[in-house]
Amino acid sequence: MSTLTPTTPAKPARGIRSIEGKAPRAQRESPFARVSAMIVMAVFTLYFLVPIWWLLVAASKNRSQFNSTNPLWFADFSLFENIGNLVAYRDGVYLKWMLNSALYAGVGALVGTIIAGMCGYALAKYNFPGRELIFNVVLGGVLVPATALALPLFLIFSQISLTNTFWSVFLPSLVSPFGVYLARIYASASVPDELIEAARLDGAGELRTFFTVSVRMMVPALVTVFLFQFVAIWNNFFLPLIMLRDETLFPVTLGLYAWNSQVNQIPVLRDYVLIGALLSIIPLIIIFLLLQRFWRNGLSAGSVK
Amino acid sequence: MQIKKRAAAVALLTAATVVLTGCASGSTTSAGDAAACEPSEGKVDLTFTTWIPGMEDAVKVWNDENPDVQVKVQTGPNGNGGTYQNFFNQLKAGNAPDLGQIEYDALPNFRVQDGLMDLAACEGVLDAKNDFVDWTWGQVNFGEDDAVYAVPQDAGPMAMFYRTDLFEANNIAIPTTWEEFAVAAEAVRATGGYITNFSQSDINQFAGFVWQAGGSWFENDGDNWTVDLASPESVKVADYWQDLIDRDLVSTNPPWTDEWNNAYNTGSNWTWNSAAWGANSIASGAPDTSGKWSVALSPQWASGDNAAGNWGGSSTAVFKGSKHPYEAAQFALWLNTSDEALTMLNKSANLYPAAKSGLELPALKEGIEFYGGQAIYDVFAEASAQVSPDFIWGPTMTQVYNDTSDGFKGAVTGNGTLSDALTSSQKSTIDALEAQSIPVNK
Repeated sequence: MSTLTPTTPAKPARGIRSIEGKAPRAQRESPFARVSAMIVMAVFTLYFLVPIWWLLVAASKNRSQFNSTNPLWFADFSLFENIGNLVAYRDGVYLKWMLNSALYAGVGALVGTIIAGMCGYALAKYNFPGRELIFNVVLGGVLVPATALALPLFLIFSQISLTNTFWSVFLPSLVSPFGVYLARIYASASVPDELIEAARLDGAGELRTFFTVSVRMMVPALVTVFLFQFVAIWNNFFLPLIMLRDETLFPVTLGLYAWNSQVNQIPVLRDYVLIGALLSIIPLIIIFLLLQRFWRNGLSAGSVK
Repeated sequence: MQIKKRAAAVALLTAATVVLTGCASGSTTSAGDAAACEPSEGKVDLTFTTWIPGMEDAVKVWNDENPDVQVKVQTGPNGNGGTYQNFFNQLKAGNAPDLGQIEYDALPNFRVQDGLMDLAACEGVLDAKNDFVDWTWGQVNFGEDDAVYAVPQDAGPMAMFYRTDLFEANNIAIPTTWEEFAVAAEAVRATGGYITNFSQSDINQFAGFVWQAGGSWFENDGDNWTVDLASPESVKVADYWQDLIDRDLVSTNPPWTDEWNNAYNTGSNWTWNSAAWGANSIASGAPDTSGKWSVALSPQWASGDNAAGNWGGSSTAVFKGSKHPYEAAQFALWLNTSDEALTMLNKSANLYPAAKSGLELPALKEGIEFYGGQAIYDVFAEASAQVSPDFIWGPTMTQVYNDTSDGFKGAVTGNGTLSDALTSSQKSTIDALEAQSIPVNK
């Protein structure tokens, strides 16, 4: 979330004041405002980073040092040894979970983004009866939390004997009402009708127009949708909890939760939960760093229009 | 206009969800027939949901020996962490596993919701009664002589872990009664430490104390439930601990936290009244104190008594709707009585067996280094034989734990007392039972 707080607002404010020039009150306030803004941001940065720092430090300790040494500083550095133990535990079930999460979140977000992009584009660019109704129903979907749908989904999937399968988590992950909403707003703003018209005149079919022309203009919005979906699926916990019973299908969130629920009786699991949690945020960090730029563009586009 | 349309859309969506849920709920599974428990023809596949690590290794032994009855292990978080809720959802949807792991305190909930298969008609199940420690059988038949709703798996007989070295160095006798315990608590406090920690949220530990005192929190006469949270035995135990809290003779760290571990690791807490499975919790939470601990039977309410409480323990149940109750029951019996399986589960998950023969396992006869070489499980075996068979759990234990824990948290910070907390959860429990239309005596 720290990506949402670029420092740009502060700069124009300064610029405007320096143009106004001599107003002494403005100049007195300015450093104070800046310092307090910096303090607020520093506090929040600390607030967000300390738990991660703690996690890193805790994951690098062996079990006896975990309780007996300073929780915010390193003791003997045994991070890699710990990782080795985690990966070896129960034939590497943890790696399987990471792979599952990558599949659910990666493939799910990709397919989900394509669907949301096509829906949004169709709603923005085609005129057909019931368009507004469909869009409003989709908007209604934004209001319904995914958690509330998990149990009905379980009962439906039970009817078709698809619970406890890859599909029971994958299929519901493809749906993103917010993605449709964002794609529609963005498509109507950034894909000119004339361009579509031109593509049609040149003989491109509707699908081809979409994939070769429109998608390129919608990239920032699609990347945003992808990121949102990826994070949402990666962190989705309740749906897999309800749907899955087979350990080899678990995503990493559910697996770590299952371990964590037993640390009282099987203390060794505590180490694995800590290290596992640390490793499980790495893919999220990577994907954020890679796509952050697009996300920021996409967000501002959505909020301005 | 726009707003109206949107509202209509939302309403439509909500209605659709409700209708879908309604449909699915309507098609609940037909109840299994308890009277018939015949072997199935041909090869049988069973599913078994459990959260015990290493269960698949034990199951593999069964699968290798029984090619016609193959068991598949499914897993999840521990019971209250979501697996029980999943069981209820699955029972409703008609796709519950054949077998499931259920702790004793959750069994009545499944019984009340009619989720458990009565295994009494299955071959060998009633006869197995004598293979298990007496009180564990009472946990799975709810006092009905001709019914068995699950097979006991593990138990948590309670004893007292204590710091041998500290008691010796300060010349304090190991308390054998609760009265001596309170006197010793003063002596320990004088040295700067605390004799033990009162746990504000381990309500099932407190239940274990009440259990030892001869109380029971619930009763069921076949139709109606009676709630006894504030019974004289309960209040006696509550007043005892309240007194120790008031005089600052026990610490009140939240359990299972670093703070709590640290109090044991640094030697500021001297004893822990806990279950057999707690042996590993201390060893991992207080690694610096290795070799300095011992285990003794719990302090008694009257000198010369020999009663023990129980904290935890679980069973293997067969769910209604299972098509192969006979095979499921045979597997459950094997899993919980075979030395091979019990040894594996003890090794991988520290399970302390409910089977009598399990108490004699070689792994449970060894001296343990952390406890100065003491064969601590001999003490727990003795305690297990002293647990009363009369303690009964209610059908809404999660609610009881939450409400009581809320009251206890207040009590340790000076708001109200422990017995106030019991009185108020007595009321809220009756309300909770009535809200679920479970008949209850007022």
